[in-house]
Amino acid sequence: MITERKAELAMAVAMACFSIYLMLKSAELPIGWIPDEGPGGGAFPFWLASGMLICCVLIILRWLRGISPLSRSYKPYLSATALRLVLISGGSLGIMVALIHFIGVYGAIPLFMIFYMRVLGDHSWWVTLVIGISTPILTFLFFELALTITLPKGYTEPLFYPIYDLFY
Amino acid sequence: MDVIGLLIDGFLVALTPLNLGLVIFGCALGLFIGAMPGLGSVNGVAILLPMTFLVPPTSAIIFLAAIYYGDMYGGAISSIMLGIPGASTAVATTFDGRPLALKGLADQALVGAAVASFVGGTISVVLFTLFAPPLAEVALAFGAPEEFALMMLAFATFIGLGGDEIPKTLFSIFIGLVLSAVGLDIISGEPRLIFGDLPSFFHGINFLVLAIGIYGIGEMLWTIESNSGKIDLTRATVSFSRILDSMKKLSSSVKSVFLGSFLGYFVGILPAAGATPGSLMAYGVAKAISKEPETFGKGNLEGVAAPEAANNAASTGSMLPMLTLGIPGSPTTAVLLGGMVIWGLKPGPMLFVESQEFVWGLIASLYVANIFALVINVMFIPLFLWVLRIPFSILAPIIFVLCIVGGYAPTQTMHDIWLMFGFGVVGYLMRKLNYPMAPAVLAIVLGPLAETSMRQSLLISQGSFGVCFNRPIAGVIMVIAIAMFLVPVMNSIRKRLRPDTP
Amino acid sequence: MKKLLTTFTACALSLGAATVSFAWEPKKPVEFVIMAGQGGGADKMARLMQTVIEKHDFASKPFVPVNKPGGSGAEALVHMKSKTGDDHTVMVTLNSFYTTPMRQSGLGIDTQTFTPVGRMAEDTFLLWVHSESGITNIDEFVEAAKAKGSDWIMAGTGKGQEDQLLTNFLNQAYGLTMKYVPFKGGGRVAKELAGKHANSTVNNPSEQLGFYEAGDTRAIAAFTPERLELFPDAPTFNELGKDFVYFMQRSVVGAPGMSDEAQAYYSEVFRKVYDSEEWQQYMKKKSLRGEFISGDDLKAYWQREAGVHHTMLKEIGEI
Repeated sequence: MITERKAELAMAVAMACFSIYLMLKSAELPIGWIPDEGPGGGAFPFWLASGMLICCVLIILRWLRGISPLSRSYKPYLSATALRLVLISGGSLGIMVALIHFIGVYGAIPLFMIFYMRVLGDHSWWVTLVIGISTPILTFLFFELALTITLPKGYTEPLFYPIYDLFY
Repeated sequence: MDVIGLLIDGFLVALTPLNLGLVIFGCALGLFIGAMPGLGSVNGVAILLPMTFLVPPTSAIIFLAAIYYGDMYGGAISSIMLGIPGASTAVATTFDGRPLALKGLADQALVGAAVASFVGGTISVVLFTLFAPPLAEVALAFGAPEEFALMMLAFATFIGLGGDEIPKTLFSIFIGLVLSAVGLDIISGEPRLIFGDLPSFFHGINFLVLAIGIYGIGEMLWTIESNSGKIDLTRATVSFSRILDSMKKLSSSVKSVFLGSFLGYFVGILPAAGATPGSLMAYGVAKAISKEPETFGKGNLEGVAAPEAANNAASTGSMLPMLTLGIPGSPTTAVLLGGMVIWGLKPGPMLFVESQEFVWGLIASLYVANIFALVINVMFIPLFLWVLRIPFSILAPIIFVLCIVGGYAPTQTMHDIWLMFGFGVVGYLMRKLNYPMAPAVLAIVLGPLAETSMRQSLLISQGSFGVCFNRPIAGVIMVIAIAMFLVPVMNSIRKRLRPDTP
Repeated sequence: MKKLLTTFTACALSLGAATVSFAWEPKKPVEFVIMAGQGGGADKMARLMQTVIEKHDFASKPFVPVNKPGGSGAEALVHMKSKTGDDHTVMVTLNSFYTTPMRQSGLGIDTQTFTPVGRMAEDTFLLWVHSESGITNIDEFVEAAKAKGSDWIMAGTGKGQEDQLLTNFLNQAYGLTMKYVPFKGGGRVAKELAGKHANSTVNNPSEQLGFYEAGDTRAIAAFTPERLELFPDAPTFNELGKDFVYFMQRSVVGAPGMSDEAQAYYSEVFRKVYDSEEWQQYMKKKSLRGEFISGDDLKAYWQREAGVHHTMLKEIGEI
C-alpha cells in the first residue's frame, strides 16, 4: 500500500528530476550574464528551476529528519474507494479528450455524460439521456452559433455541413 | 464646472433608449460569458466586435464596455461557486469565496462580490471622471523599471498566500515562474523550453490552461475523492432578508473595499499591469490591515470583497491608457482599442478633444452599466444558487465538459486540452501532499511581466540594477516592496527571540 | 444579435429560392488565423477584414479569427503547414512570414508552398523622436545619437524583426551604436517614446499617430520611396542619399496545397474587402499603401521580399 509517507518522498524525487530536466532544457539558451545587456534568455528559467531543485532537496531533507507532518504519516495516500472513484472520473475524462480527436466534441460529450451519470451517479435513464443530449446541443448553440467558436469535430465534420448551411 | 457639464451631455447620450438597451443586454451577456470557466472578457469582447458595426461607434463601445463590465462581475461567480477562476483577475476571489460557498454561505459571497464590485466600479468611474488627463501623465511616467518594481510589490503580497510548509510554497512559486517562461523569449527572440519540439508550446503556457487544470479538473477530482462522489455542494438559500444580512456583514469590510478600489484603479491605469496584480495586492492589503488575518483563506467575506472591488476598479482604470494614450492596459482593452480604430476613432491624447461625445458618452455609460450589472447580478443569484443544488453527479460531468470546451476556446488547440488534463492530474496529486497551488497560478501571470520588465530595465541601464532605485517612482515602490518582504521575516525572528510571547 | 436574425431570414430565403451557385463555396466556417496577438496591428486589420466581410456578406460562411502569436508566428506557420490541402484555413500575415522560417530553420517551413490569396496593403515605417528632444532632422538625430553612444535607446517590437532590421540599417548607415530594446507590441513602443523612456522608435504611422497629433512626437524621416501625405515634412531616406526603402506586408495566405477553386474564391472575397469603402478609408487614415495583388504576382513579390530579408538578417548575424 502507498502511504502518505512514501508518496511525499516519491513526489519530491519526481519533482527534483523534473527540475533538473527544466534546468537542462533552459540551458539551451545562454544562462549567464551578458555584459551591458543583463541575463541571457535561459537565465530566468534556469535559476528558477534550480530554485525548484533546492526546494525539492529541502523537502527530502525534512522527510529524512521526519520534520514534515506527512513524513510521519502512515495513512494511505489513496484509499481503495477513493482510488477507484478518481480513476473512473479521471480516466473517463481522459478517454473523452482522446475521443474528441476522432468523433469530435459532439460525439465525445454525450458519451462521457451518459457514462458518468449512469455509472457513477446511478441516475435514471430518462434523466441521463435528457441531460446527456441537451448539453451538446446547448454547447453548439452557445459556442458555435452565438460566439462563432468552432469546436473540433474529428471525423464527424461532414455531418455538420447541412447544419452550417441552415444557420449561416 | 466644465466636467459636470460634459458629464451631463454624456448622460444624455448614455440614456438614449438604444444605448440603455445595449447596456442592459451587454451586462447580462457579459455576466454569463464571465461566469463560464475559460471564457473571459477578452473572448466576449473580441467575438462580439464585428456585430458592433451595425450601430454608431458610441453605442458600440458602450455595448462592449458593458460586456466587459458584466464580465468582471461574472468572473466572481465561477470563482465562488465552482472554485474555478474564469480569468486571472478572479484568482484572488477564490481564496475566500470558495471556502464561503463550501460553508453554505455562497449567497453571502455572491452578494458581497456584487456589492464590492459596484463600489469598486463606481469609485473608479468617479476618479476617471475627475482626473483622467493628469492620471494619463502618471501612466506615461511608468517605464520598464517602474513596472518591474510594481511586480516586485505584487510578489511581496505572495507571502502569506502559501501553506504551512515554506519549501512547498516556494516550490509552487518557482514552478509557476518557470512554466511562464515557456514560449518565445521576447528579449532575445529565441524560442525556449519547447518541450518535445511541439509547436503549440510556442504560444507559451496559457494562464487559463493551468488555472482550469488545477482548479477545474484537479479540484473536482479532490472533491469527488473527499466526498466519495456523494455530496451536495451547499444548501445556501436566498431571500431578501439574507441579502440585507450579507450587506450588513459587508459593512465591516468598508475599509478594505475602499482601499481595494483605489489600489485596483491605480494599478489598472498602468499599461501592461492590468487587474490581476491589482486584485492580488488588494487581497494582501485587506489581510494585512485585518484584525483577524488568520481567518483569511478560510472564508472571510473581506477576502472576497477586497479583490472584487479592485478588479472592477482596475477594469475601469485600464480604459484610461486606452483612451488617453492609445495603449491597452489589459488584453481586453487591446481588443476594444482595435474596435475603436475600426470605427474610425483615434484613441490617443487627442481623443478627449476631438471626440467629446464619444468619451463622455462612454464615461456616463460606465455609471449606468455599474448600476445595471449590480441589479442583474443580484437578480440572478437565486438562479446560480439553484445550480448549486443540482446533484453533484450531474454537476460534475457538466463542469468537466465546461472546462474542456472553455479551455479549448481561447487558443483552439487540442494540445492545450491535454496539457490542462495533465496539470489537473498532477495538481491533484500534489495538492493531496499539501503543495499550495495558488502561488503557481499567480506566478504564471506575473512571471512574464516581471522577467521582461527586469531585462528591459537592464538593457536600458547597460546591466546595472541601480536603475530600479535611482528613478524616483521605481525607487519608492521598490523600497516598499522590500519592506513588505522583510516584515514577515522580522516578525518570525522576533517570535523566535521571545518564544513566550503569544 | 444580428446573426440570429439574419439566420432566420436566410433560412426563409434559402427555402424559397434555389441558392445562386458559385464555382466553389466554403462548406463550414473559415478558420482565419492571425499570425499575431490580440490587439496588435495585424490583429486590428484582421478584425477589420472580418467585420467588412460580415457587414457586406462577402462570404457565405463566417470567418472565425484565431490568434496564434506564438514564436513570432512560428506556431501559426506550423499550423498552416499541418493544414496542407485544407480549403477552409486562411491566415493574415506580415513580414515574420519571411523572417521566422529563416531564423528557425528547424521548423521546416517553406513559405513559397503557401497559397497566395491577396496582399491587402503595405504598412510604412518612419523614424520618430520625442518633440522635446529638439531634434528636427536626420543630421541632428545622428549627432545626438552619436553623442550618447550605446546609451541611446531605440525601442522596437521583437528581436530579429522589422524594427530591429531598421535599427540595424540606421546604425550601419550613420555609424551609430544605438541600443535596441524590444517591447511587446507597437502601441507599447510608441508609449515608451512619448514617456521619454526611449530616445527613438521606428513605429508604423498607425502606432504613433495619436502622440504625433498631440504634438508629443515627431517624424524625422520615412522609409518609403515617396513622402507620405500625412507627414509631408519627413524626407525619405532616398532623398537623404541612402538607397533604402522598407515595408511591412499585410497579406492573406491560404494553407499549402489549397485547391485552385478555393484560392480563386478567397482572392475574390479579399479583393472585395480591399475595394470596400471601409478598407480604403482605413488605408488612407493610417498611411498604408500598395495595390491589391494576388496569385503569381503575390508569389513573385514574396520571393523578392524573402531575398531582401535574407540579406538583412545575415547582416545582423541572426542567421
